[in-house]
This record gives sequence, C-alpha cells and structure tokens, in this order.
Amino acid sequence: MGSFPRKGQNMYQILEKRELNPTVTLMKIHAPAVAKKANPGQFIILRTDADGERIPLTVADYDRAAGSVTIIFQVVGATTEKLNHLGVGDSLHDFVGPLGRPTNTEGKRRVAVVGGGVGCAIAYPVAKKFFEQGTEVHTVAGFRTRELVILEQEFAAVSHKFVRMSDDGSWGEKGLVTDALRRLIESGEQYDEVITIGPLPMMKFVCLLTREFGIPTVASMNPIMIDGTGMCGGCRLTVGGKTKFACVDGPEFDGHQIDFDEAIARSSVYKPFERHAYEEACNLFRKEVE
Amino acid sequence: MPNMNPKKNPMPSQDAQVRSRNFGEVALGYTEAMAIDEAERCLNCKNMPCVSGCPVGIAIPSFIQKVKTGEFEEAYRIISESSSLPAVCGRVCPQETQCESKCVRGIKGEPVGIGRLERYVADRHNAESQKLPARVPSNGHKVAVIGSGPSGLTCAGDLARKGYEVTVFEALHTAGGVLVYGIPEFRLPKEIVAREIDALRAMGVDIEVNTVVGKTVSVEELMREQGFEAVFIGSGAGLPRFMNIPGENLKGVYSANEFLTRVNLMKAYLPGSATPIRHARRVAVVGGGNVAMDAARSALRLGAEEVSIVYRRSLEELPARHEEVEHAMEEGIQFRLLTNPTEILGDESGFVRGMTCLRMELGEPDASGRRSPVEVPGSEFLLECDCVIMAIGTSPNPLIKSTTEGLEVNRRGGIVVEENTGKTSLDGVYAGGDAVTGAATVILAMGAGKTAAKAIDEYLSK
Repeated sequence: MGSFPRKGQNMYQILEKRELNPTVTLMKIHAPAVAKKANPGQFIILRTDADGERIPLTVADYDRAAGSVTIIFQVVGATTEKLNHLGVGDSLHDFVGPLGRPTNTEGKRRVAVVGGGVGCAIAYPVAKKFFEQGTEVHTVAGFRTRELVILEQEFAAVSHKFVRMSDDGSWGEKGLVTDALRRLIESGEQYDEVITIGPLPMMKFVCLLTREFGIPTVASMNPIMIDGTGMCGGCRLTVGGKTKFACVDGPEFDGHQIDFDEAIARSSVYKPFERHAYEEACNLFRKEVE
Repeated sequence: MPNMNPKKNPMPSQDAQVRSRNFGEVALGYTEAMAIDEAERCLNCKNMPCVSGCPVGIAIPSFIQKVKTGEFEEAYRIISESSSLPAVCGRVCPQETQCESKCVRGIKGEPVGIGRLERYVADRHNAESQKLPARVPSNGHKVAVIGSGPSGLTCAGDLARKGYEVTVFEALHTAGGVLVYGIPEFRLPKEIVAREIDALRAMGVDIEVNTVVGKTVSVEELMREQGFEAVFIGSGAGLPRFMNIPGENLKGVYSANEFLTRVNLMKAYLPGSATPIRHARRVAVVGGGNVAMDAARSALRLGAEEVSIVYRRSLEELPARHEEVEHAMEEGIQFRLLTNPTEILGDESGFVRGMTCLRMELGEPDASGRRSPVEVPGSEFLLECDCVIMAIGTSPNPLIKSTTEGLEVNRRGGIVVEENTGKTSLDGVYAGGDAVTGAATVILAMGAGKTAAKAIDEYLSK
C-alpha cells in the first residue's frame, strides 16, 4: 500500500489558529497530501461547509513532515468571516491543492520582494525560499498602519535588507512601497527580478516603476476563481495581449505584460453581492453571540 | 400483435411557460401504462439493429421484452449488465443518432422510444428498490481512475464488478464530473447522479474527492508509490475557448463552463447560495451545441427577460440535440442564426452593454462537410445584452499531460490512445472521454470507459 493519506476524521482539521492583526488570521490545516507537494507561489481552494463557496488562498507555509499547510487570510467576505469563526479542532469541509505553478526561483542571485497588506502573507514564503537558496533578498513591506502589520519578525529573518513602509508613518517610514523600491534602485541596488504581491493597484504601480528601469518583474495574481483546475475560465486575465488562466498558467505572471486595469475591473464584478453576503454573515454571527 | 402506432408515446413534460421559470425536471417520465404501450411498438428484430447503435451495447430488445411483460426489475438487470448509469443515459443520450436511428420502426414513422423506456426502467428501479448492489470479492488488483465523470464512473463500475479494487480521484468537491457541474438540474436531477455514485460506492469503489491528479499526486506516484497497477485517465474537457474578439473579459462575459458550474455545482440558482451569479436581463449565448442550450435555458430560469442563441450557421447545422433545441424554442429562447459576434461592448463601469454582430450566409461546404458561413458585408448590427455566455467548446486540460512524462498527446492536446483498447503511450495507462476526443457526449465517454475497462482487465489478467 502506498503512503497516500486517506480521508480520515482529522482531515482538513485546524491544528493552529493565530490572529496576526485584527482582520488577518493564520491557520495551520492538516492536509498531508497538499503539504507533500506544496511550494511557494501555489495556492489551495477551500470550502468551510457543504454549501460553501470555493475560495482560493495562497499557501503561506507548509510542513511536509507534520502534514500541515498554513494559510493566512483577511476577513473580507462571508466565507472568510465563516472561516474565522472556526477554531482549533474544527475541520474544513474541503481543502484542495496545491494549485497553480510554483514561483520560479532558479538562477536569481539578487531579488526584491515587494509585498503590500495581506499580500505579505504570500510574499513571505517566496522571500523565504529565495533566502534559503542563498539569493540576496531585499524585502519592501507596506501596510496602512502599524496595527495591520503581519509577519514582521518572519520577514526580518529571511531578508538581507528589510524596508518597512506605512501610509501614516506609524510603522517604518511614511510612504508607499514604490517610494522605497525607487530609492533602492536609484541608490544603485541591482536586482535580477522584482516579485510583487499585494493589492492590484499597488502591483500595477510597482510594475510601472520597474519597467522604467527595465527590471524583470513577476506579479502574483489572485482573481475570482471557481474550480481552480483549468475548467471554468473565470480567472482569465490578459497577459501580453493573450488570454491566460491564473489557475493553470499562473498565478504569477510577467508584471510588465499584465493588463492590470482589466484585472482591477474584473475583480469587482460581485462586489455588491459580496458586501451583502458579508453583512448577512456578520448579522448571523452577531445573533449567535446575543 | 405489436402496437403499430407510427408515433412514439409522447413524453409528459412540464408546461413550457411554467418550466422556463423553475429548475425542476422538464421531462416527467412515462407512466407504467405508457411504458408498456411503447414497449409494444418494438418488433423484437432478430438482428437487433438498435444494439449496434449503442456505444455500450445494451441488449435493447431483451430489456424491452421485459417491459412488455411488466418484469421491470428484470429489464433493469439486463440494462445494468452493459450500462453503469441507466437513469442518466435514459435522460441525456442522443438516442436519435444512436440506437433509435437504427430502429426499423423509424423507417415508416418514429422509432421506438428506447431512451424513454430506459429511463422508465431505471427510475422505477430507483423508486422501488433501496437496495444497492453487493460488493464483489476483491481479485487483489488495484486500479486508479482519474475523474468521476461518465467515462471514469463507467470504467470504475465495470472494473469493480470484476473484483478490482478501484479508487476514483476527483478534483472537485463532489463526484460526477460534467453530470454535476455541467448538465443542469432540469435535464438531469443531481439526486439521480448521487444515487448512481452511491451504487458504485456500495460495490466497493473508493471515491477520493479534492484530489487533482497532476498537482496533488502524479500518475507516476499512483503507480510507483501507491501500488495502482493500471490507471484510467478520464479527466474530461478542459479550458474554455473564447472567440478572441474585443471585450471578452468585460464583466458579464462568462464561459459556459463557468456559468454552468456556478449554477449547477455551486447551486447559485438557489436563494441564499454562497456562490454568486449575475442575474442578467438580456443574455446572449454564443454557440449552438448542447452546452449552449443548457446555458441559455439556465439563464432563462434565473429570470432573464430575453435569452438568445447566437450561432453563425443555420438551424440545420445546429449541433445540439433536436430535442434540446425544441425545448429551448418552446421556452421562448430566441435563435439568432447566421449571426456572428465581432465585438462585445462595455459601459463606463466595465459591464457588458451589447455585442456587435455580422449577418452571415452559407457558402460552400468546408472540411467538416458543413456549409461554411460567410460574412455579409455591411450587415453589422448591435445586439443589446447585459450578459454574454461563450459556449464554443473547450481545449484539453494541460495538468496531467504536463506532469506525466511520456504521455503522448495530439496536436490539439488530446491524449493519444489505441482505438480498440484506450491504451495510451504508457504501459498500464489508459484514457477515454473528452480528455481524448475533445468535447463529445456522455454516452461516447461511457463507451470509452467501458472499452478501457475491458482492456485493463485483459492487461492485468495476463
């Protein structure tokens, strides 16, 4: 018999749960088959319950020996709200992956990793992998304010240079990640590649900046998805004038080729629905508490 | 004396006006009297032409004789010998181009309603018997089946009946493949699919959902590390095709796969569903196959005021089943034939507001034998709509091909197999269904699953 983990009682069980900031949570999930194959840059899809929607979340870390996969999520909608109400010992209904292609770290000697907000959760394993293979890693992390900062020590441990930025100056310097990146580049830092992960507008401006300097740049995209296996086509985006599917062709793409404006527009298609569903979910939990 | 009525007993169905606003099943099924009366139309031909038209070779006249005499359970047993999914096939097979097209009664009138009888027998069995099939003692051989759609389920069922220990790996969270994510509830109630899958489980088939072969585990690992002696790849059709016209990434443009997956698998048609879908007013579905009909009729049921099929050839060339087209027309779907979209237009916030189209006329027959459509110069017009669904086919999924060294695929990305066995370029690895042929029908996929099961049995019995 093989070593393939069978579906047992503790399948997809939450092994650990930690609040990283008031709206961002880390969870370690028991999923040996996914842990065995996961690599930085890939994602998983989960459902919290039998009627739940499928949501993609990027792999934040994994422990092959322990058979666990770490996810970090921000509570932004009904499903992440439900997810955040689960605790250690509870199980997810579904957890599938690893999906998408891993980050290509080969042959890069000096990189800048630029993360924004909860995107830093995805940027971290990428920075870590580069660091562990001996690449010179400069990390630029940006948050709105100090209260929202996540993974500070973790980043510090895997970065040769770590620049902290916040919108209001309460953490590191006041300013945008692009300000910090521009300064690094203009001070003479040479990068084989810039990897950017964060809100779409941030990634768009990082890519515009690096294009100016001709530095190859990879952006990690997180579009709306359903199956995540190359069947529905909902995650399509335009890269270099061609239609690409984030789930099988990505989620990382050449940042200078991505049509960010289109991606930004597409990401908003269900906004009213999501807001409504989120409010409903919140009301439901509020009632339970009362 | 056989019943010499030249016409089939009509299928009772929900009124078109009513059904166009609900997701309940359209065709309601024969009564016992109708079934026996229809069975009486069968001449029980000695040479059984109908059987030659069935991709899985059901002993059609034999089961129909049992319907005549009211031995419905026996009729079910005969069908089950050849088909793993009778209640499914009775609903979605294109009988008019298969068994029924060979029926002698079809020469001077309508053929025997074989599909309707199959459905009656299967539904009656399911209603009367809660008994699931018994587990067959293991022969000690392990086979992996990738994909739980029609080809995978058929292959798994045939092998399990022979005592193989079968594990089916499914990428999604629910087993059934296209039967659950693609074909809508009103054509194939999901309860029926679940029941057929329960029957396979009862026979000892293990179904592992949430497993993407090519990602979670590779074909090689299944064989080398997990002890599967043979693998059947029935991973289905892949990525949706688009027309490559401007505007296809506007908000409100769906592939049929996405639209149908949201509605069927994720149950977006139910109030309070966690998965959203846009409820559009005017929907244009581009394409003329069964998938296009399913998408159009689903859109109507979601409350659209106007739904059109936009197809570049004429009614005659529509690839969808005649019955589906007829149902769609009865329900009020508009057919904009000889029409080809050239651009999708968006409003200031990036939502679809319309589609420019050209009128076409039919020219000379092309390589496929169909008359190819030619643009009528200066015929451009605006079709107003707030949702566009592209139902123009799929290209094979790259996941297994790209992670299975030595697996040969053709120019179009379909897995290359030996026709009579389904064997791929790798020893012990077989394939069938849409992963091989590109988008086709449920029953053809089942036929391929059956062929491969037989070949796998021969391979492992050596």
